Amino acid sequence: MSGRSIADICRDNERLIIGASAFAAFLVLWEGFSRGWWATLFTPLLGEGARALAIKPIFISSPTGVAQQAWTMFAVTGEIWPHIAQSGGQLIVGLGAAILIGVPLGLAAGRYRTFSYILDPFLSALNATPQVAFLPLFVMWIGTGFWMRVLIIFLLAVIPITMNALAAVRTVDPRLLKVASSFGASELHTFRTIIAPSALPFILSGMRLAVGRSMIGIVVAELYGSATGIGIMINMAGSSFDTDKVFVGVLVIVIAGLLMSEALRAIERRYDGWRPAIGDNY
Amino acid sequence: MPGNALQRYTPQLVGAAALLGFVGFWEAAAAYKLADPMFISSPSRIATVAAEMWEDPDFWRDVKVSSTEFIWGYLAAIAVGIPLGLVIGWYKRAQYALGPFIDVLNAVPRVTFMPIMVLWFGIGIWSKFAVVFLGAVIPIILSTYSGVRTNEARYLRVAKSFGASQMKTFTSIILPGTAPYIFTGLKYASGRALLGVVVGELYAATAGVGHMIAQAGNAFETDRVFFGVLLFTFTGLVVTSILARMEKRFDRWRPEGAVR
Amino acid sequence: MNPKLVARDVCLEYRQPRTGDRLLALDRISLSINEGEFVSIVGPSGCGKTTFLSVVDGLLPATSGEIIVDGLSVNKPGPDRAVVFQDASLLPWRTVLKNVCYGLECIGVRASEAQERAMRFVQMVGLDGFENSYPYELSGGMQQRVNLARALVMDPKILLMDEPFAALDAQTREYMQEELLRIWEQANKTVLFITHQIDEAIFLSDRVIVFSARPGRVREHVTVDIERPRSLKLKRDPRFHALEDRIWSLIHDDALAQARS
Repeated sequence: MSGRSIADICRDNERLIIGASAFAAFLVLWEGFSRGWWATLFTPLLGEGARALAIKPIFISSPTGVAQQAWTMFAVTGEIWPHIAQSGGQLIVGLGAAILIGVPLGLAAGRYRTFSYILDPFLSALNATPQVAFLPLFVMWIGTGFWMRVLIIFLLAVIPITMNALAAVRTVDPRLLKVASSFGASELHTFRTIIAPSALPFILSGMRLAVGRSMIGIVVAELYGSATGIGIMINMAGSSFDTDKVFVGVLVIVIAGLLMSEALRAIERRYDGWRPAIGDNY
Repeated sequence: MPGNALQRYTPQLVGAAALLGFVGFWEAAAAYKLADPMFISSPSRIATVAAEMWEDPDFWRDVKVSSTEFIWGYLAAIAVGIPLGLVIGWYKRAQYALGPFIDVLNAVPRVTFMPIMVLWFGIGIWSKFAVVFLGAVIPIILSTYSGVRTNEARYLRVAKSFGASQMKTFTSIILPGTAPYIFTGLKYASGRALLGVVVGELYAATAGVGHMIAQAGNAFETDRVFFGVLLFTFTGLVVTSILARMEKRFDRWRPEGAVR
Repeated sequence: MNPKLVARDVCLEYRQPRTGDRLLALDRISLSINEGEFVSIVGPSGCGKTTFLSVVDGLLPATSGEIIVDGLSVNKPGPDRAVVFQDASLLPWRTVLKNVCYGLECIGVRASEAQERAMRFVQMVGLDGFENSYPYELSGGMQQRVNLARALVMDPKILLMDEPFAALDAQTREYMQEELLRIWEQANKTVLFITHQIDEAIFLSDRVIVFSARPGRVREHVTVDIERPRSLKLKRDPRFHALEDRIWSLIHDDALAQARS
């Protein structure tokens, strides 16, 4: 690509250049507040008022503080791994149960009208409720351990999965169903050959939404109890003003969330991604 | 024709029957001690508690605190989210600069920031306001943004061809085309805002309906817990139906039953 | 008679962002249209006829050459030219009347006056009683009438029509062609009409300009020496067939050459 000028290269990579600089600027700004750079810089201009530009690290931590803490927790003491394992385990069990129950439930409601009439009021009521409000109830029922957290993750995740599976069946091309019934296909055969393949992309996007909801579940469910888990680690660090640790925990959740939704997006693309998600796209 | 009316309302009738059946079963389970009412409560107990609380000034104080958090957090999210979404949709470079931050905030449940918000703003209303705002603002930004981006080039070409000013293009093409997307975002954001209220009050609070639920849970007052949960359900339903009604007013130009 | 619209050596080049290569879309287009004349441009698909129309409207800047309206060079959209777009492009959130008002609003005409003027043109295109309908409630042919009214209400010197009937079914299209002639005779405008349909071009026009493909060039001017008013019966006239054959062979050579390359 010798024929391209620097101006051309800049123009074609504008997105990357602007995005990276904004992010770098943010990090420098953050570090500067924490280390008092800006206070020093603006003292000649603002006098005593510039002191407000120095913020104690206990409040905002700092990029280098977070990086150092992350290094310690991941590589030196390794203390973060049990937390990740615990939360990951809860996520897998809760999300797995939500898929196992939500997908068949949604498919059935999509296929059998009367069943959807029965399911609908419960589904919309649950959907309108912030499901985490059930938390104190679950604590009463089964304590603050592993299964309570699984239950809350399940409850959060099962709703988008069911709703998407339901919508997935509804959008199957009726002509295809007519073809199947004119060839005398059995109900099971119709499900396997027509409904399942065309519903799959929808179900996958429901799962992507569910992953986001499960992350909420992890964080919120771990408000209670005091064992291991990323959410608990964040809480404990927060109440002992260990802000670096709080940000490390947040970072782990950000990365996990990005990784999982990217992985699901890749699977979606593999199974024909032209269909839009039901509900939201975030 | 009664036969016709019956057919027309079948979904509602079946749904209502299912709900009634559920309530009846619940009541029976509690009455005949299939399960301890201390754990599962019962519809009649919840109704009794509701009547008591109606008279209780403490309850109204909780409602006031929670609604203040919800309303102001949500309104602030709208006031910031819509203009910001419009800006990053309209100016490519603004999107390049802010996109990474919004993507990161979108990937993390904003309730994760609760401990930090409490550290910054204390356990009063302000930390909840912040979490409600953070929860709601991201979906509003993102849907407004995608609304602007999907504005069809052909309408912009019409505006340009008729020599419309920037302002005219914005008000006559961009805004009406984006409105349905904004409403989708608002609906989704209302759920997130409500979630913020609940989590904030469960986490650390001195008042609010979420705080009431948490305390009732600690004291094994199941009836009160259920009443609080139902109150949130009711609020969620009311907010969504208000938004749906507003959306309809803006959406008269869409063919009935169009799938978006 | 003075020419109303002149294109002088109009060239248009694109830069492809990936490779940086330059692509010539229009090659030295020169033509001139007289006041009140109805001129069509026909050519194989991809010959740049729509691109040329965008240059005339000022939506796309020409790389070189100029567009002259009434002796003055123009390089951006103005009220002297109005486009009837290919896909009606009606704003779906506005009623018929408000759609027709749109251009007037853009140049700052008072709302009440704009509506009054718009109403006259809604009537002219035969849409009385539909002024408060939304576009989705109209058929394709009716949408194109609104599209036409929206352009006519601006009282432009030149009407630029970009394959306005391409998406209509055969019967509606022929009906709309007759309607267009009726309206044109009433409104008395200079028209530049883009189409890929040879019979449509001959039926409507005083003159047909044939474009060749990639890059777009003027290949030939064909004068349609047939009296007006015309009716659809004309399409079975031997003179009509002779013209059709001639234009067809011009385009056919080109299309073949393109297919072979």
